[in-house]
Amino acid sequence: MKTRLLVTLIAAIAGMSFAHADVTVISFGGAAQAGQKKAYYDPFSAESGIKVIPGEYNGEMARITAMVQAGNVTWDVVEVESPELVRGCEEGLFEKLDYSKIGNKADFVPEAVTDCGIGTFVWSTALAYNADTLKEAPTSWADFWNVEKFPGKRGLRKGAKYTLEFALLADGVAPKDIYKVLETPEGVARAFAKLDQIKPHIVWWEAGAQPPQLLASGDLVMSSVYNGRIAAARKEGRNLEIVWNGSIYDFDYWAIPKGSPNLADAYKYIEFASRPAPQAQFSAEVPYGPTNNAAVGTMDPAVAATLPTSPANLVGAFATDTEFWVEYGEDLEQRFNAWASR
Amino acid sequence: MLQPYASPAERLWYYGLRGLVGLTLLFLVLPILVIIPLSFNADSFLMYPMTGWSLRWYEEVITSPSWQRAITNSMIVSPFATLLAMILGTLAAIGLVRANFRGKALLTAILISPMVVPVVIVAVAMYISFAPLGLTGSYTGLILAHAVLGVPFVITTVTATLQGFDFNLVRAASSLGANPVTTFFKVTLPQVAPGVISGGLFAFATSFDEVVVTLFLASPEQATLPRQMFSGIRENISPAIAAVATILILLSTLMLMTLETLRRRNERLRGVKPA
Amino acid sequence: MTAASDTLDPSPARAVPLKRQLRRAERRKNLLFMALILPLAVFVLASFVLPIGSLLQRSIANPEVHDNLPETLELLDDWSGEGLPDEAAFVALARELGAARGTPAIADIAKRLNREQPGLRSLVMRSARALPLAEGTPAQDGLIGIDERWRDPVIWETIKRAGSPTTGFYLLGAIDRTIADGGEIVKLPKEEAIYLDVLVRTFEMSVIVTVACLLLGFPLAYLMATLPVRHANTLMILVLLPFWTSVLVRVAAWIVILQNEGLVNKLLMWLGATDAPIRLLFNRTGVYIAMVHILLPFMVLPLYSVMKGISPVYMRAAVSLGCPPFSSFWKIYFPLTMPGIAAGSLLVFIVCMGFYITPALLGGPGDQMISYFIAFYTNQAVNWGMAAALSAVLLAATLVLYALYTRYLGGNAVNKIR
Repeated sequence: MKTRLLVTLIAAIAGMSFAHADVTVISFGGAAQAGQKKAYYDPFSAESGIKVIPGEYNGEMARITAMVQAGNVTWDVVEVESPELVRGCEEGLFEKLDYSKIGNKADFVPEAVTDCGIGTFVWSTALAYNADTLKEAPTSWADFWNVEKFPGKRGLRKGAKYTLEFALLADGVAPKDIYKVLETPEGVARAFAKLDQIKPHIVWWEAGAQPPQLLASGDLVMSSVYNGRIAAARKEGRNLEIVWNGSIYDFDYWAIPKGSPNLADAYKYIEFASRPAPQAQFSAEVPYGPTNNAAVGTMDPAVAATLPTSPANLVGAFATDTEFWVEYGEDLEQRFNAWASR
Repeated sequence: MLQPYASPAERLWYYGLRGLVGLTLLFLVLPILVIIPLSFNADSFLMYPMTGWSLRWYEEVITSPSWQRAITNSMIVSPFATLLAMILGTLAAIGLVRANFRGKALLTAILISPMVVPVVIVAVAMYISFAPLGLTGSYTGLILAHAVLGVPFVITTVTATLQGFDFNLVRAASSLGANPVTTFFKVTLPQVAPGVISGGLFAFATSFDEVVVTLFLASPEQATLPRQMFSGIRENISPAIAAVATILILLSTLMLMTLETLRRRNERLRGVKPA
Repeated sequence: MTAASDTLDPSPARAVPLKRQLRRAERRKNLLFMALILPLAVFVLASFVLPIGSLLQRSIANPEVHDNLPETLELLDDWSGEGLPDEAAFVALARELGAARGTPAIADIAKRLNREQPGLRSLVMRSARALPLAEGTPAQDGLIGIDERWRDPVIWETIKRAGSPTTGFYLLGAIDRTIADGGEIVKLPKEEAIYLDVLVRTFEMSVIVTVACLLLGFPLAYLMATLPVRHANTLMILVLLPFWTSVLVRVAAWIVILQNEGLVNKLLMWLGATDAPIRLLFNRTGVYIAMVHILLPFMVLPLYSVMKGISPVYMRAAVSLGCPPFSSFWKIYFPLTMPGIAAGSLLVFIVCMGFYITPALLGGPGDQMISYFIAFYTNQAVNWGMAAALSAVLLAATLVLYALYTRYLGGNAVNKIR
C-alpha cells in the first residue's frame, strides 16, 4: 500500500516535470506584470483554457542564450526591449514570427512589426520625484545632477542603457545629438565623467518596481523610472510626479525563445495580447501606449494623456536608438559594470 | 550570582556583561519579531506605524496563484529532497563509520563538501551541467540539487550519533539469536533515529530556505517559497512578504522545538545528564 | 573489530586457516559497509563533483572560435603572419561565418573575438549579415568590400590566437591580468581591472563580519556557559530561533528596520540624534548588519561548546592563589577558549566568503562580493569562462581555509554547530 502510494506520487511528480499544458510568460514584473495579468493572462486563460505561468526578469539575455544553446527551453513568451530583440534575432535566440498566427501586420504601428517580435507597448524611462519630499520640482536631468539644490539620493537603472544618455543630457548635449556623441570614445568618457560627479549619490535599481517604492519610502528624492510604475504608486496615494522632459521612449516586444515546447500556445497568447481590446485595457491599467492601431483609437482621452506617446509628453523626449545599442551595447554594459562596481 | 560583598569593579563586570548580552540577544531576536505585526497591516506598505489591522495579506497569500504555486512547490521539492538525502546519507554514514579503506577521510571530506563550497559555485556548476540533460526547469533537477545540499547534514549528524553508539549491543542481539534485519530495526534504528531525524530536519531546513540554486535551476513553474520571496523583496515589497515570513517563523519555531525534544530524548536514552 | 572476531576461538592449532578465515570474513564485512557508501558516492559524484569539475574546466576552455571556424584556423596555421592570408582562408572564413549566421554560434564567435580586441563583435556581425557573398565574387574582395578591416593582418592574427583550444585568458582576467599582443602577461587597464579589488573587498568584508561576530558572540557564549542550565537553555533558544529562520525572512525584516522611514531612523530622530534619516540600506552598513545577524549563531555555538568544557575549577584555583579575577580570566580562561575562537572565526569566515543573497538584496554595486560576479557572468553577461575562473579563485580560497579548519580543529562544521 505504502509502496503503491509512493509510486503514484513519484509518477505524479515525474509527470509534472514533463507535462507542458501551460504557457510560461516572462515580463519585467511589478506593476506592469500586474496589469498584464489583468488585461492578458486572466482573460486569455478564461477564453482558451490555457494557464499562464508568469515569471519576471530584468531584460538580461543570458538566460535565454543558455536555454537555447542547451536545447532546454522553459520560457514560452518573453517581453524584450528593442536592442535585445534585434541582437537576439541575429543570434538565433528567437523564433521568426509567423504573422498569419498573430494578425494583420497593417493593424499595428509600423515599428511594432519585426521579424522576431511584435511590439506590445510603448514605454518611457523618465525622471520621477516625490513631490512630498521635494519643495521645488526638478525639470530636467541637469536638476538631477544638482545635488546642492536637491540634496538626497537619486536612483538610476543599473546598466549603461539610458544612464549614459541621461548623463549627456545633463551635460548639455541636445537630444538629437546624444547618440552621435556616444558613438565616439570621447563621448563615452564624457558620460562616465558626468556620472562620476554624482556617483556617491546614486542608488542603482534593477527591478522596475524598486524606484517607486524607494521614492515613496523617502530613500530616494528622485529617480529614473519606467513611467507606468509611477501611475501604480499614485493610485496607492503616493505623491510621485513624472518629468517628461528628457524622457526616452522605446517599444517592448513579445518574442518566443527558439525551441519553446509550447509554440502553438505561445502564438495563441501573443495573438490574444495583440488584440485591440486587451491592449486598451492594459493601457488603462498601466499607462504604456498600445501598438494596435485600433486600440489607439478606442483610448479614453484621459488615459491617452498619461501615455508616453501623448503630444504633450513627447516634448523634449526622444526614442531609443536601437541600432546604436545593438552595435555598442555589450561593450558599454561591460564598461559600465566595471565602473559601477568600483 | 553576584555576591553582596562584590567590589564595584565586579559589579560593573556583572551588569556590563549582562547588559551587553541583553543587547546582543535583542539584536538577534527583535528583527524577527518586528516583521510579525506588519503582516496584519491594513494598508499596503511594509512600514511602521501601522494604520489598522486586517487579515487581507494572509488572504492574498492564500488566494494568489503565485504564492499558492510557491507553497505547493516547496511542499513537493523539500520533502523529496530530504527523503533522498536521509536515505542515502544514513546508509553512507553507517558505511563510513564501520568500513575501513584507504582514502576514507578524503571521501568523507568530498561527501561533506556541498556544505562548504560556496553555494553560487554549486548553482552555476549545476546550471551548466544540468541544462543539456533537460534537468533545468524541472522538479527532478531541483530535487536532486537540494538533496546534494542536504546530504552533509545527514552524514554529520548520523555519524556523530553512531560514534556514541555501542556496537556491542548489536553483537549482543545477534548472540541472543536476532537476525540482522530484526537487530537493525529493534536495536540500531531506535538508537540512531534521533540522529537521522535531526539530520533530516537540517536537510529539510536547508532545502526549504534554499534560494540561490533555485534561482538558477528553476523556471517560474518550479518557483519555491524562498524564490518567490526573493522576487517579492526585489519586485514588490508588500505586507504579503511579512505574512509569508510569519508563517515561516512559526514553522522554524516548530522545527526548533522538535529538534530540542529529540536532543533531550537522545540524552535521556544515553543516560547523559541533561547539560 | 567485527562480530566474527568475537565468536570464533583462535586456538593455536588452527591459527593459520582461522586467520585467513577471519581476514576473509572481515573483508566481506568491510565490502558490505563500503557498498552502503556507494549509492551516495555515485550520487554526489554525478550531481556535484562532476558539475563542479566541468565548471572549473571551463575556466581554461576556449571553444568559441576553435569549434566554429575549424577550416579557417587550419588554413591560418600555414600562414606566416606576414601580409594577408591567401584566398583559401578568406573563402573558408566566409563560408564558416555564413554557416553560423542566425545561430547562437555567430554570437559566440563575435563575443569571443571582441574580448581579444574591442570592436570585433561589430565586424563579425556586420560581415555575417552581408553573407553569403554574391556568386562569383572572390572571397577576399567580398569580405573587404563588406568591411575594410578585413585588410588588417592584426585581425587575422587575433582570430588565430583566439582559436587555440585552451586559454589562460579568463584565469588571468580573474586577477586583472591579460595577455598582450606580444604574448607577455600584463596588467589590465585601470577601467577594466576590478577583480583584485573585489577579492580584497570580499576578504575585508569577511574579516569585519568575523570580528564583529566574535566581539558580540564571545560575551554571549561566556554568559551562557556560566549561567545555571535553565537560564542558559533560554538563551540558547533565543540564539537558535534566528538561526532556524529563513535568511529571506531576516533580510525582509532588516529592510523594515533599516529603511529611511524604518524603525532605527524613527528612533534616532525621536531621540534627536539626527535630523535627517541616515542611510542604512543599499550600502555597506546594511550589508554588515544583516550579515552579522545571520552569522552570529555560527560563532556562538562553537564558542559555547568549547567554553562548556572549561572547568570552573581553574578560575577558582587561580583566584584562590591570589590572582585578581580579571587577570585570571585573561590569563587562564581566555587562552582555554582559543580553540572555540578559532573554530567559530574560521567557520564564519568561510561562510562569509561565499555570501551572495544578502549583499545582492541589501547592498549597492560597490558592496558586492565575489559570488555576485560569478552569478553576474552566468545570469547577465553570458561569459562562462569568466564565471568559471572567478569560481576557481573563490573555491581555492574556501578549500584552503576548510583544510585549515579540519586539520587544526578536527571535526566538522555541523558537529560544532550542534
